Formats: sequence, C-alpha cells, structure tokens
Amino acid sequence: MLVVEKNALSEEIESYINKYGEDRSALLMILHEIQNKHRHISEFAQQEVARLLNIHPVEVYSVISFFAFLNSNPKGRNLVRVCQTISCDIHGKAALVHAIERELGIKVGETTKDNKSTLEYANCLGLCDMGPAMAINDQVFTKLTPEKAVELLSKVK
Amino acid sequence: MELTKQNRTGAVIFSDYKRGDAIKKIIKISREDILFELKESKLKGRGGAGFPTSTKWMLTAASKSDQKFLVCNADEGEPGTFKDRVLLIEYPELVFDGMVVGGYTIGAEHGILYLRGEYEYLLKSLQDYLVRMREDNLLGKNILGKAGFNFDISIFLGSGAYVCGEETALIESLEGHRGEPRNRPPYPISTGYLGKPTSVNNVETLCAVAHIVLKGGAWFSKVGTDKSTGSKLFSVSGDCAKPGVYELPWGTKVSELLDLVGAEDTKAVQIGGASGVCIPKSQFNRTFAYEDVATGGSIMIFNESRNMLHVLKNFMEFFVDESCGQCTPCRIGNVKLLEGVEMIENGTYTFAHINKLKDLGKTMQVASKCGLGQSSPNPFISILENFNDEIFNSANGGTDGK
Repeated sequence: MLVVEKNALSEEIESYINKYGEDRSALLMILHEIQNKHRHISEFAQQEVARLLNIHPVEVYSVISFFAFLNSNPKGRNLVRVCQTISCDIHGKAALVHAIERELGIKVGETTKDNKSTLEYANCLGLCDMGPAMAINDQVFTKLTPEKAVELLSKVK
Repeated sequence: MELTKQNRTGAVIFSDYKRGDAIKKIIKISREDILFELKESKLKGRGGAGFPTSTKWMLTAASKSDQKFLVCNADEGEPGTFKDRVLLIEYPELVFDGMVVGGYTIGAEHGILYLRGEYEYLLKSLQDYLVRMREDNLLGKNILGKAGFNFDISIFLGSGAYVCGEETALIESLEGHRGEPRNRPPYPISTGYLGKPTSVNNVETLCAVAHIVLKGGAWFSKVGTDKSTGSKLFSVSGDCAKPGVYELPWGTKVSELLDLVGAEDTKAVQIGGASGVCIPKSQFNRTFAYEDVATGGSIMIFNESRNMLHVLKNFMEFFVDESCGQCTPCRIGNVKLLEGVEMIENGTYTFAHINKLKDLGKTMQVASKCGLGQSSPNPFISILENFNDEIFNSANGGTDGK
C-alpha cells in the first residue's frame, strides 16, 4: 500500500469517526462504511479503526470475522449473493447458480479473474414470496430465471 | 393478484391508521393508562417467544436509570419470514409511531431500529421518513408541544448474522462486539444496551401497539382466542398460488390458511421457520395459537413433489452456518445433526445412531445458551418423526411393509 493511499484511508476513517463518534458502539457502522466502499476491510484499515476507537486491533478483527457481510480479504468489485434458503431453493436456486457459474466461469465462493464479480450464497434474504432471489451488492432481484440472472450480471460494471 | 397496501385487509395491523394518530393520543394520557390498555389487550411479543409486552414495558419503565433505550428488532433472519420487510416498506408509520409510544411508556429518549443488513436497500427511504417525522415534530424535543417528551430514532444496520435477532446478541452487536448472546439474567429490561435498561421489541409488536393505544385493549382482545389475542401476520411462501403476507386472527386453522393462499397437493407445512416444526397432513386441523402451534409467522408450504430430507438438510446447513459457536451444544450439535442427515442421504446410517442424534437434539434444546441452539433441533426431530415413512421406508411401501 502506498503512503498516499494509507493517508487517504486514514482520513476517510477519521471522517467516519466524526460521523459516528469514537465510542466502541460506533464500530459496526464504521466497518460497514469501509466495507461498502472498499469491498473489504484491510489490515491497515483495521489498525486505524482500532487506534481511533482506542481498542486492540484483534477486537476489530474478531468482529469482522463474526459477521457474514464483513471480510478482511479483498473480493470482486461486485458481490453477487444467491439466496440458498429453502423457499428459493425449491423454486430453482440450483439452475440459477449453475447458469451464473457457467457464465462467469467460476464456482460459488470464487472471484472472476478480472476481479469484477464474487459469487456467494446468502442465507435467507427475506424475499421468500418472490424466489428465487439474488442480491448484487445492496440491490435485490426477485423471481429470477437463469436467463434473467445472467442478463443482470452482464449489466453490472 | 399481487398483494399491495391497497388491497391488504386485516383486523388489526392492516386496519386504518394515519401517521401520528397514536402519538396525538398518548400525549393526552399517562404512561399508566398505556400500560393498562396493553395489559388488557394481552398482547404478546410477535417475534416468536411470546413474552407479554405490557410486562416487558412495565419492568423497563420501573427500572431506575438516567438513560433507557427502546430497540425495534428488524433483524428478521428466520427463513421464510418477510413480514417486517412489508411493514417497513408499506407501513413505516406504524413501526415508528409504535416506537415513539414505547419510548414514552418506558421513559426512553432514544430508539434504535436494528435493520438487518440484507434490507440495506430500505435504509434510504426509512431515513427520509424519519426526517419528515422530525419536521412535523413527531420526533425530537417536546414532541407535539408536550414539554419533556423527547424521543428520537436512529437506524443501525446489521451485518448478516441470524443470531443477532436474539435480543442480547443484538445488543452485543450494537455495542460493537461479536454478536454472541449473553447469559440471561440479567435481562435487557435492567441491563441492556450500554448497561442501561432496554426494551427490545419486534416490528410487528410495535405496529400492534400503535393500534392498541388508539383503539383500546378491549378492541384488540376481541380478535383471536382467549389465550392468544389479536391477529398475526403470516409470511407465506413455498408451494402455493398466492405467497405473501397475510393477517389472520389467532385461532385460524392450518387448513384454512392453506385454502386462502391457494396451496394444492400439500404434503407438509413448516411452521415458525427453520427453527419451527414441520407438520404433516394429519395435523392440518391444528390451529395457530400460543396454546397450540405458536409461531413467529413463517409458513413454508411443501407439496407432494418435495423431498423432505432435502428440506431438512437445507435447514441444518443453515444452522451450522449461523450458529455463533459460543456454546458447545449448538456449535457441535448442529454439525452432528447435519452429518446424520447426510448419512441418511447416502444410506450409511443406522437407526441406533439416528436415535442417538434425536437424543442429542433434545439435549441441545435444554443445554444451549440461546434460542438458536434450543430450537435448531426442532426440524430434525419433527421431520424425521412426521415423515419417517418417506425417509426410511418408502422403498418398502411404508411402515406396514409391502
């Protein structure tokens, strides 16, 4: 990581501290902002957050490792999450996943070589009445067919 | 026909209500009056556990502290549940007015909506809604001109952990820790968020409260049965023509609900989500009620073409994924139960082992620290018992043999 990048990230994290406060209860909202912007929370970011909140970096890491939506390793620019819970499962989740896997040339849990997309399973997205459902970043799509899902993926940048 | 706010009907939640009505009412009455109406309504928490709301608020109101909190639990993670999504999109006035009523009743000035990370796309519209409420003085200082009535709401975004729906795990994550449940007692009503008295209520409970303070506890308790008053929102999904959210009075029969949603050829109904129980055809005359089949509202319907072992495997994979790993019965137990399901799938099981696993399930129900591990064996036990013919004996024509 370049020094200028580090400085930029430090400044960014300080702005979150200004927004949410320096109490530990601000931790998850801060991590959420970093995750949203960078798609992962790097070791350096974890250390900065810990320093500014005055807690040990391992405390930050322990929280990141607990939550499904937070990760310390980089993922693709777009996160594709297919709901795997039963209502979506019985309405054709498998066909959806196979089509996406073929089209992107990756398996669930992997990232495309161009770093564009990471494919994952999600537990119940709360869209059981409109399954199968899938989320691309923070947008959700429902009543999908394999064809429609692949078309949606081709539109993301 | 798609269900929308225009054509939803129901006795309580979906009945007429205008934003601010409940708040306009409460500034004229005392806290005791609100608690009295709630007691008379016999409203129980709608998240699934069914704790009387009036008792929870009375205890929180009675706790002495300089600061108290009201948390609205919108961490709706139970598979097959999506009523909170509908309420937050179509009825935010009920949710937020209910929170204001709760804050007033227990003496909290700060409300927190804990929104699950999966619903991040609702965040913008909810925040805009709060801004409009502040503009109309339904939130903020001296609400509607009542001196000393201060209450504001902030929204906290979850990060994808099912266990954070458990109230103490939710509070842990609010405080910036791993979402691991605490030992109870102490309960949040005395030692909650930041160690202060905190009431954690389900979205639907707060919506019901808004109606109750406006229309009275007696009006509410007229609906439903003696022990289970009022109505319940059911999130219906699976094999039926009209999935969606339905409001029905407690005491409705399972078969009546199946007719209503256009379910045909139904083999099994999973009631209460993955952590609920699965009932076969022979029990469809049972009723939804705290005294019979209690539920947080998740109804998943499976028709004759579905493989129940596959359904069970999906549930157990979910629990292995979502167990927080803090206590041993849940962390190890769920893995063992999933292994058992895989053995049945591969034909490498023995009945002796499966029976041991059922015993293990019963141990988990009593020995786990929180509701996750206490209820995760439910589908394992109920599906293997209610569908044993399909799972173990189908090749030989059922229990009676050929």
